[in-house]
Amino acid sequence: MTRDTRGLRRALLHLVLAVIAALYLSPLVYMVSTSFKTREGAGSTDPQWIPDPFTTDAYREILNSPDSPILTWFLNSLIAATGHAALVLVTAAPAAYALARLRFRGRNVIFTVVVATLFVPPVVLLIPNFLIVNELAWVDSLPAVIVPAAAGAFGVFFLRQFFLTLPGELEEAAELDGCNRWQIFTSVALPLAKPALVTLFLLSFLTNWNDFLWPIYVLLSPESLTLPAGLGNFQGANNIRYDLLMAGAVIASLPVIALYLVAQRWVIEGISRSGLKG
Amino acid sequence: MSLLTRPKGLSGAAEPAAPAGRARRMRPWTPYAFLAPYLALFAVFMILPIGFGFWTSLHEWDINLPAKPFVGLENYAELFDPSSVDGGRFWTAMRATGIFTLFSVPLLILLPLLAALLMNGRFRGRNLYRAVYFAPYVLGVAVVGFLWRYLLDGNIGLVNHYLGLDVQWTTDEPPVWIALVGVTVWWTLGLNAVIFLAGLQDIPRELHEAAMVDGASAWRRFRAVTLPGLRPVTVFVVNATILASANMFGQAYLITAGAPADRTKTAIYLIAETGLRQFDMGTASAMSFILAAFLMAASALVFGAFRDRSAR
Repeated sequence: MTRDTRGLRRALLHLVLAVIAALYLSPLVYMVSTSFKTREGAGSTDPQWIPDPFTTDAYREILNSPDSPILTWFLNSLIAATGHAALVLVTAAPAAYALARLRFRGRNVIFTVVVATLFVPPVVLLIPNFLIVNELAWVDSLPAVIVPAAAGAFGVFFLRQFFLTLPGELEEAAELDGCNRWQIFTSVALPLAKPALVTLFLLSFLTNWNDFLWPIYVLLSPESLTLPAGLGNFQGANNIRYDLLMAGAVIASLPVIALYLVAQRWVIEGISRSGLKG
Repeated sequence: MSLLTRPKGLSGAAEPAAPAGRARRMRPWTPYAFLAPYLALFAVFMILPIGFGFWTSLHEWDINLPAKPFVGLENYAELFDPSSVDGGRFWTAMRATGIFTLFSVPLLILLPLLAALLMNGRFRGRNLYRAVYFAPYVLGVAVVGFLWRYLLDGNIGLVNHYLGLDVQWTTDEPPVWIALVGVTVWWTLGLNAVIFLAGLQDIPRELHEAAMVDGASAWRRFRAVTLPGLRPVTVFVVNATILASANMFGQAYLITAGAPADRTKTAIYLIAETGLRQFDMGTASAMSFILAAFLMAASALVFGAFRDRSAR
């Protein structure tokens, strides 16, 4: 292949990828644009990419509306997603460490049962977990969206893969220094696992922040909803105000987009690798 | 206790390579203490509900009624009778789940694979493209659903405007299926693409180079090197995509609300409405176990299909 045709092919590839990328992002651009339109602008049959007139009325209205306490929803989502991700780390990390690095009776049985539940379709958990959460008097409160999902096997599986790769010499050295198992775990294994822990935290946070089906059924009163569940309430409205809804969508997207911009590499690497090492 | 008299331990699984101190220092209950917090969650919200859900499906179970009579397999029998009210609804919903899965899965395999192949070179900006294609996936279905309901609106939507059409994407069949599948492809294409891309990068370069030296054409290299190298990733992606598509909820809930006439109300949507709105939890549990059986059969088929091909 000559240098010219290779350069041409490369340019063509860039053109194709760039056009698709632009098309791909355009709906998100339109979402942001619409959130700065007037009610009439959002309902216009002529597409307006640049709002004219440009206004922040939609944000002002949705932030001050008593029917949609969006700041409360935002705070609820923040507490739920942070709490859930923290719970996943605190429970999955020691369990994964034990399954990867310690030898004990029943280890293989426990690991097999835990991994087998990765193949259980989550739909069978929906109704009974609602009943269990109801027994615990958690319906309509944040523990309902923080705790049950932390029973998923993904975190344990994901961290175990990582702990398996740790070199044994470091643990042995710590042991010779007189560390017990817990000290080895907290002072040797956990610091080395930091990238995996950060990735798992991010993935758990994103999943919980975006969760929709469970919160719309388990959270009921307006002040206890998460942001997606709160926005979901607009679903039945007769006359959808898209200016307000797009402003709400932008607010719901800001934290995850910010996280994504900061930690994009970790999120993508974590997700793309999680399926491979099984 | 000296090294020589170190007991083999209760489990008998002594580690030959490990220093003696390890087995000696660790108390027998230590590993279980590490596991306990997770296993407590696992027992209450994973193992218990699987059994409890099946138990519920054998009863006429309304959360608000004190009496929950045992009915055996009656809930299942009713669901398998298409002329009953619940049975009719259920199979309409299963049909919706089936149609959506059938059309979305092939697109969500082929298009991400194509995107991954395009991004698989070493060139500037590759990570930027990867980040852009993945971006919609970090948004929740609530955002994606409302955004596309707006764009697909029959009167003011951008889609009709730019295509010069007058289609009711959210209420007419078959356009609703194009809408639901299209939105889902836009939303999750990047996810499968990055997994394929990681799989492509795990294929040793030497294999491609050797094939090139042998004078294999690009198509032949794709068939003989790339595709076989991607097999494990493909099994995973096909399986995960079938499960995700069969669990499609938010798009239908927000974009079509089941229209027209509940024909896009998917099985999981019906299960949630039946169990958690009408509180007919026995019927809903029975539905979820039938759906789960279909999903596990689909998984087994996928594993079987890929195993056959790899047999030499």
